[in-house]
This record gives sequence, C-alpha cells and structure tokens, in this order.
Amino acid sequence: MSELVFQTITELSGRLATGEISSAELTRTFIARTKSLDQRVHAFNSFDAGDALAQAVASDERRAAGQSRGPLDGIPVGLKDVIAVTGQPLTASSRMLANFVSPYDATVTARLKQAGAVLWGRLNCDEFAMGSSTENSAFGPAANPWDLARVPGGSSGGSAAAVAAGEAVATLGSDTGGSIRQPAALCGVVGLKPTYGLVSRYGLVAFASSLDQIGPMTRTVEDAAIMLGAIAGHDENDSTSYRSQIPDYRAELKRRPGPWRIGLPREYFGEGLDPEIGAAVEQAVAFYRAQGCEVKPVSLPHTPYCLDTYYIIATAEASSNLARFDGVRYGHRSKDAKDAVDLYFKSRSEGFGPEVKRRIILGTYVLSSGYYDAFYLRAQKVRTLIRRDFLKAYEEVDALLTPTSPVPAFKLGEKSDPLALYLCDIYTIGVNLAGLPAISVPCGFTRAGLPIGLQLIGQPFQEADLLALAHVYERAHDWCRRRPAFAAVASSG
Amino acid sequence: MSSAPDLNLDHVAHLARLTLTAEERAQFAQQLGDVLHHIEQLSKVDVTGIEPTAHAFPIVNVWAEDIPRPGLPVEAALRNAPAQRDHMVAVPKVVD
Repeated sequence: MSELVFQTITELSGRLATGEISSAELTRTFIARTKSLDQRVHAFNSFDAGDALAQAVASDERRAAGQSRGPLDGIPVGLKDVIAVTGQPLTASSRMLANFVSPYDATVTARLKQAGAVLWGRLNCDEFAMGSSTENSAFGPAANPWDLARVPGGSSGGSAAAVAAGEAVATLGSDTGGSIRQPAALCGVVGLKPTYGLVSRYGLVAFASSLDQIGPMTRTVEDAAIMLGAIAGHDENDSTSYRSQIPDYRAELKRRPGPWRIGLPREYFGEGLDPEIGAAVEQAVAFYRAQGCEVKPVSLPHTPYCLDTYYIIATAEASSNLARFDGVRYGHRSKDAKDAVDLYFKSRSEGFGPEVKRRIILGTYVLSSGYYDAFYLRAQKVRTLIRRDFLKAYEEVDALLTPTSPVPAFKLGEKSDPLALYLCDIYTIGVNLAGLPAISVPCGFTRAGLPIGLQLIGQPFQEADLLALAHVYERAHDWCRRRPAFAAVASSG
Repeated sequence: MSSAPDLNLDHVAHLARLTLTAEERAQFAQQLGDVLHHIEQLSKVDVTGIEPTAHAFPIVNVWAEDIPRPGLPVEAALRNAPAQRDHMVAVPKVVD
C-alpha cells in the first residue's frame, strides 16, 4: 500500500474510479505515513487527521451515489500555511499568527473543495513566505527528502518536501520571487507559477501584492494541469483577478504538438551557475532541438538589475501589507504593553522573526520621505524595462528555457548571510516582476544525488502552451519516477 | 561591509513600529548595509522617460454590482481577537 503515496493524481483518480481503493483508505495511508515520517521532514506545521478523513468519507459517498466531481475528488492535497481554510490554523509560519484560525476560505480553497479534493494539512514555509530555504519558519526548518541535512528550498519548502517524501499527492504553494519553482527544483518535483492575475489571491496571506501568485506543486506536468484547471479563473474578491477563458489544460497537453521556438537568455547561463546544473540544462536543450524546436540565444539585458528591483518592490509592499499586524484585532498581542502605542511596538517586535523585520525595515526605508524617488519609484521604472525585455524576446520565440536555481539544495545553516540567500532567486525573480507564467520540471540529478530543475517561461495567460512544452520533455524522461532513498526506506519500514 | 551611510536604523525601525535589541541592531546594520550597497547599482540604469510599473497587467476601474451579501458573523470576525468585550475588540487605554 505504501506505493500509493508516490502515485500521481491521474493514476490515483483512475484507481478511485474503478473502486480499487477508496479515498478513506488513501487518506489513512497518507495520515499514517506523515505521522511516521514528518518528525524528520517537518513538511507540515500541523494536520487535522479527523477532518481529512471526514472529507474522504464524504468523497467516497459522493462517488457511491454517482456524483463524483472529477479527477481531484478524494485526492489528498496539502496547502501551504499561508492559504486560508475555514476553521483550520493559518500561521504563515510566524509566532505572530501562531494561534490564528481562519474565519473563511481562500478562493483556491473553496475551488479545491468544489473539485472534491481532500484538504490535507498546513505546510511549513518561510515566515510570511520570506525566504529561500524554509529556515525562516518560526516552527523550525523543513528538510529536503533527498538529503535530510539539506534545505528543501523556499519559501514553499514544506509544499515541495511533502510531495517528494510521499506525504501528499499534490500541494499548493505561493510564489513571489521563485517560492514555488525553486523548492520544486531542489526537491525534484514540478512547480508552476501562473501568470499574475490568473489565480485569485483572496485568502492568501499577503507578502508583496503585485508579485504574489498561488500555484500547484505536483509529481507530473499533467497533475499540475489538473490542479491549475481547478484553481484558475476570475474572482470578484480579488480586484487584480483577470477575466479570461480557462481552457481544459489537461486536454490541451496533447493538442499542442509544437514545435516551439525556444529562447535561451544568455544572462541566465553565466557566472554562478553550478556546472552540473548547466550540463543538465544543456541536455534538455539538446532534447528540444532533437524534437525539431528552433533554439536560439536571446538577451534580457536588464537581468542584472532584477534582484535589486525585486528587493525594493517586494520589501516596500511587504512593509505596507504587514502594517496590519499591530496586536489589536488579531495575531500576537504583547502581554506587557504600557499603552496603545507601546502595544504596537511590543506586539510586532515579539511576533516577527529576524528576516521579516529586516524586510519590513528595508521596505519602510525605500518608501520613506526623501528616498521614495531614488529607490521605490526608480525600481518601478526598471521593472518596466525588465518587463519590456521579456516581451521583446517573445517577438522572436515562444518560450524561454533556463535553469530554475543556480545551485542544488544546500546544507541547513550553510547560507546565513541574507544577501547570499537572495542570490538563490536570480533566475526566478524576473518572471514575477514581469508577471509571467513559469514552470520548473525535474531535469536530472547531481553526482551527489540532488535534484536539478529546468525552468520554462511562457507568455502571459498561455499556460496551456507552457504546460504542453513541459509535458513533451517530461514524457521522454523518467526523472519524476525517482524517489529519495530515505522515502523508500521509510516505505518498507 | 560597512553600514549604509544614509540608513538611520533607529529612525526607520521607529517608522515601522519595531523595537530592535542591541544585537538585532548591530546585525541588521551590517546586513542591510550589504543589501543597500548591492541596490546602489540601480542608479546606473537610465530611466529617463520610462513609466513606472505598479502591476504587470494593469487592470483599472474594477467595478462590482452593488449587491448586499452576508458578511462574517460578529463571533467569527472576533474569534481571533486577543481581547474582546461586548462584541468589540478591547485595547489598552488610548486617552487618559
């Protein structure tokens, strides 16, 4: 039965449909596995086994009555602990929200419920999604299932590790500067950041509102297509939600045969790229060439400015968004405040961890009187130039191909300097600034056995093309079938 | 690296309603100094005549029909309040 935990949504939905297994059996398997494994992985901040099982039983009853709701009905899906589920904890991995219970569902939550998914657990992440290693979680870091001494990436590290360790079939993460794609790459799973505006942010704990997007983390591209189909689409509760027709992403995978014109941005293959990752990505390039795709170099000349632009805009928006945590209406309230103003200072200083404080301070600084034009306004203008680079490249090519991360999973505690950690995001942040869709798919392993991720960047709202392009690669390779040795041992035990 | 010359950490922390410990102060001054030095290279970019981008896909004038809908019940809205009294959030005295 332990093999169940490494199957895809497609495979499991088939077995549920034939009655070979029930959702209750499947959910019990994941509960048991998570109870036995997660002390070492720490992918979960918490889970509610009774609630998950009740959802599974309801799914089985629907199916018995001939009212199954499709491929996600009865499938255990984990949510990053920044996405609201009514009656469940919502901590953002922060002491500030340690005791917070969601009074309502995020739109993605409501849509997954509508699709019949069994919502399973609250997944660990960097505090308020700020980080690239999940080491900033106030409840302790998560580990990489491929090497427990290493980080799973971040900020959606728990969402990636849960899939890689066989603790969830699929999960949702959120991506502000690479927080879905980088952990997907480091854990050997698929991670999709949709176009800004395709998926509602209602009920997502806000980090940087002009960059945040929710997206799926799965074993396969087909599973990502199924998940995206369930969560995408206009929502009047998010004023930045885009009105567009949502295609059947899964059906479209086979209807878009290519060949594509693929661009290799030369700025993404320079100094700092791990040679083993570079070699694996070159192999992927050779594969697409062999499929008849035209592959050519392109230039995104403002790439060197992406990191700085991002850390001005993201921290500015974060400092504004996190002003709501003042100890008054919800969240941590200091016990020894003298007066109302002291309550703000003490509650915030006690509730936020160091990285969140650093970013609030940086964001406050770049927005403060006398510095706004020099930093924030200038960064917004450079953002325009960065976005134009991508749109210009798309006059010549259909998609861009790059590494997802310059380095494979690093050791816990190895990167203690914030700037060194920020540099982990150099290949992913441009996509957020430009609002584009991008996917990370497994494309090999280092000699030390650590997963490598390939990033494919698509055109706005053309997720169907992007998924099809990734699917062509995935079908010809078996990287997604590999399992961490730790997880295999854990299965037999 | 040195701390950024213009970053008055105490002033900015005050604006952000944060009190830093001496240890945090020393650490942040150095770390944020490094980040700000890195950010300085943005001044090299020619942004003459370039419009700022606030959102990648600007959507303006988003209207919704003015239809009344039930909101959160008071009990649910106050469920996470650190202190409450008579269906209100209780706070320390603001005015003497």
